[in-house]
Formats: sequence, structure tokens, C-alpha cells
Amino acid sequence: MLHIFCPHCAEYREEEEFHAKGQAHIPRPLDPEALSDKEWGEYLYFRKNPRGIHHELWVHAAGCRKFFNMTRDTVTYEIHETYKIGEKPTVTAQS
Amino acid sequence: MQRYSGFELFKQSLSHHENWQSVWRNPKPKDKYDVIIVGGGGHGLATAYYLAKVHGITNVAVLEKGYLGGGNTGRNTTIVRSNYLWDEAAHLYEHAMKLWEGLSQDLNYNVMFSQRGVLNLGHTLQDMRDIQRRVNANRLNGIDGEILDTKQVQEIVPMMDCSANTRYPVMGASWQPRAGVARHDAVAWGFARAADAMGVDMIQQTEVVDMIIEDGTITGVKTNRYGDIKADKVGCVVAGNSSVLANMAGFELPLESHPLQALVSEPIKPVLDTVVMSNHVHGYISQSDKGDLVIGAGIDGYNGYGQRGSYPTIEHTVQAILELFPMFSRVRMNRQWGGIVDTCPDACPILSDTPVKNLFFNCGWGTGGFKATPGSGHVFAECLAKGELSELAKPFSMFRFHNGALIDEHGAAGVAH
Ligand SMILES: Cc1cc2nc3c(=O)[nH]c(=O)nc-3n(C[C@H](O)[C@H](O)[C@H](O)COP(=O)(O)OP(=O)(O)OC[C@H]3O[C@@H](n4cnc5c(N)ncnc54)[C@H](O)[C@@H]3O)c2cc1C
Ligand SMILES: [Zn+2]
Repeated sequence: MLHIFCPHCAEYREEEEFHAKGQAHIPRPLDPEALSDKEWGEYLYFRKNPRGIHHELWVHAAGCRKFFNMTRDTVTYEIHETYKIGEKPTVTAQS
Repeated sequence: MQRYSGFELFKQSLSHHENWQSVWRNPKPKDKYDVIIVGGGGHGLATAYYLAKVHGITNVAVLEKGYLGGGNTGRNTTIVRSNYLWDEAAHLYEHAMKLWEGLSQDLNYNVMFSQRGVLNLGHTLQDMRDIQRRVNANRLNGIDGEILDTKQVQEIVPMMDCSANTRYPVMGASWQPRAGVARHDAVAWGFARAADAMGVDMIQQTEVVDMIIEDGTITGVKTNRYGDIKADKVGCVVAGNSSVLANMAGFELPLESHPLQALVSEPIKPVLDTVVMSNHVHGYISQSDKGDLVIGAGIDGYNGYGQRGSYPTIEHTVQAILELFPMFSRVRMNRQWGGIVDTCPDACPILSDTPVKNLFFNCGWGTGGFKATPGSGHVFAECLAKGELSELAKPFSMFRFHNGALIDEHGAAGVAH
């Protein structure tokens, strides 16, 4: 069971209150019409799927219902940090 | 290869079963192969087997980082069926079903394929409409299927709660009589033994840590144990680790790896002689020949490589099973584990060439690839032998995510496992 700190509620809550929503920091293309099929396909479907440090989007579904980001290790499941949308992660695979 | 038979069993009993040949060799790898298969799960081993058997290519190595069949092949709930909605998928899974039907004879190894039928339950009007659509599509593709009402379901599984008093009453089901289960370990061992007998090298405890790529063409792999091994072609069949291997080769795949869990109970007397699956309440259950109830869960929502899942997922599954089978409420669970499944956005596999020449991937089977094991290997072997995608594989290229020709089995085809 993951214990997740919601940066909006500023509290630890149990995993069941949350939903994982996949890779974080995927910017929506500013001019979709200008994209090639390959670029559009990659935006829609291709995802980073690392073994190790991953930045992902979560929603506090049974709580404040707000979205936030998490840096988590996909092997140990250790949560390094949670942070609000628009903020940058402080823990990265390089650091 | 020493053939297994009743006579051989008798003969070996005279020397107290101490002189059986080992099931495969454990050779040191050569410097170079025609084809290297990365991943010694069922799909990789089946690929090696059909490469040798159908295409006469025997200078082949299977590189496995752990032990043969120790990945999802040895962790799944063994359901085999072919009642998928879309033509492309139905043809692929039915191709596998036909191979299953002769597999034990073909391999001279008992894979305990048991066609005890699979029920996919419907609990809502929409479920029932989807079932009608799918069964009709199946029949048009020559795949057996029937639509059952509540009473007919109750006759097949007398101890399931089909009353109107449940939270999600059973309104009917699709029924594929030719579907069933098989012994997962035996499938890996049977393919490995038969491939080994034709000269394929099984190299266990050897992890591929990098790819050797020259001018956009793969020429070999780097391993943690035997250094560089050269190959004309490389096929990656590593399920949950596919993205990791693709990154080594310098590209991304449209995959996410998730933990998927299963659990088995203590052995009990025979109570369930078929397979029951429900997408709506999300649970699936069968009983092994040994007597344990084999129960499968859903995936954890987050990405994970930890080969373990979270407890809330198990709890939800057990709730669903008890809703259907209140009589199992006192059964004790013996073991629980997870595998890492590579889920694809359209819930269909990837059998594909890649941006790197002579490098092929067979992955994305996600939560439901065990049923495809022989078919997947048969088709992928043809791709590797010819150096291009075979007819059955073509719709499953990774480039379908660029041109939009997805095969959406998610919504419709009782996609559980
Ligand atoms: C709990 C659970 C229940 C399931 N239930 C069903 C079911 O009922 N019916 C069904 O059809 N399917 C089911 N599945 C899915 C099915 O198990 C898989 O789709 C299928 O077994 C995949 O086979 P594979 O050979 O591709 O992968 P695997 O058996 O996982 O083999 C891949 C192998 O690659 C190896 N490997 C990885 N990286 C490297 C590397 N770098 N170097 C060397 N080797 C490497 C791994 O060690 C592994 O042995 C289930 C899966 C799980 C986890
Ligand atoms: Zn919150």
C-alpha cells in the first residue's frame, strides 16, 4: 500500500484515494494541425516507461479531486516527492 | 531427444527413474548466431522452436536473464481462448488455438491443455449487447461461441450465485467450448526441450544489457555474463521489459509496464470444471487439476517493475469472486504474486520491425498473451526467417500508432485475460 502525500491537501493518504494517470509533463502540441502523423501518434500513444525514476501524474480522486505530479521509483515503489502541476521535480534520473 | 511414452516410463522405472536424460543442455554460447531471441518466456521459446522446425534455422540462441519460463509465462492464470472481436485479433488468437489443439503431440510433452470452456459473464444490458456482437463476429470468423442466458449459465456452474439478489446479477454469458486452460510451466519446458533437441542453445542467467548497432543495423547484443554475442537478426520477446530493451536500441514503444497479480488457494475437492471470467465485476477463476482455485486480479494503475502488486487490488478481486461464489468465503489463500505486463493502448500486441534494421519486437501482449503462446511464436518465427512481417503479423506493427490503424480490443472483447 502506497502512502501518498497530496500537495493540495498537505496530508498523507492511502493509495486507494488516488488514481495514477500515467506519464507527467506531456505538453499538448500548440499547433496540432502542423504535426506529422508520426508526431501526433507519439504525442498520443508513446510513453516513457522507465525502470527506475519516473515522473507521473496522479489525481486525488476520493479527496480534493485535484491533479498533481509524483516522482517515484518503478522498481522499489519508493515515492521521492509529490509536487503541484506547473512545478518542476527536484529528483530526476540524472541527479 | 529421448521420447516420452508409456513404454519409456516403464523402462525408466526399472532403474528407479534415475537415468532420464536432462530436458535440455546448458551450453556456453557461440560467438555468433543467425538469430538471437532475447527472453526465454513461452513466446521466445516458441519462436525458437518454430524457427528451427518450420524454417530450418537452428543456429539460434535464447538469452534469458533468469530461468526459462520465470517471467509472466510462469505467473499467469493460464486461460486460453480465441473469442476476440476484431478480425485481425481473432485470426491471430485462433491461429494459436489451432496450434494448442495439437501441441502436446507436436512437442511430445504434456502441456495439459484442457478445453473445459470459458464463460465471459454479462451483468448489464450493455454487457449482453457486447456479448451478442462479439459472439456473432466470432462465428463469422469460424470461431466457436454461444450466447447463454442466466439459466444456461447456472446449469454449467451450479454453485455460482446466479440469483437476482446480487449486486450485479448474472444476465448471461458468452461461452467458448474450445477454450480452457493449460499448464504454463509445461508450455515453456516443452518448447525449450523440443527446440534444444533441434540445436537451439538455451542460455540462462544471461541478461542482455545493451545492443550493438552499426549504421542503423543490429549486429549483436552485449550480455552481463558472456560479453558480446553477434547475430544477423535479433528478436526481443521480453514482455514487461520491452521498453527497457527498446531504449537500449534508441527508440520508444507505446507501452506501459504494470504489475498484474494472481493468487491461488489451498487445494480443495473439485468444484469448478470450467473457467469463469467477469469483466464487469472484474475477476476470473478456475480450478487447477491439483485442486487449487486460481484467481486473477486486475493491473495496478501505476507503472511498476516490482513483480508485486498492491493489496487493494487483491481485495477488489476477492470481493468480485465472493460476489459470484459466496461458498468460497472460507477458503484460505496459499500464495499471491505479481508479473510485469506490457500494456498497449489498444490492448493488442506488437509484432513488428523497428527503426533498427534486423531488430524485431514481439511484445505488448499485456494481461492476455499466454493464450497466444504457440501462435505468437509461429508468426514471429516467420517474420524473423523472412526478415519482414508475415500476413498475420502485419496489422500488429508498432507503426500502427503512427498511422492510426489501431485494433481496439479494449472496449469490446471481454478483454480481461
Ligand atoms: C498474474 C497474471 C495473469 C495472467 N493471466 C493470463 C491468462 O489467464 N491468460 C493469458 O492468455 N495471459 C495471461 N497473462 C499474460 C501472459 O502471462 C503473458 O502475456 C505471456 O506469458 C507473455 O509471455 P512472454 O514469453 O512474452 O513473456 P515472459 O514469460 O514474461 O518472458 C519474458 C522473459 O524475458 C526475460 N527478460 C527480460 N529482460 C531481459 C533481458 N534484458 N535479457 C534477457 N532476458 C530478459 C524475462 O526474464 C522473462 O523470462 C497473465 C499475466 C500475469 C502476470
Ligand atoms: Zn488532495
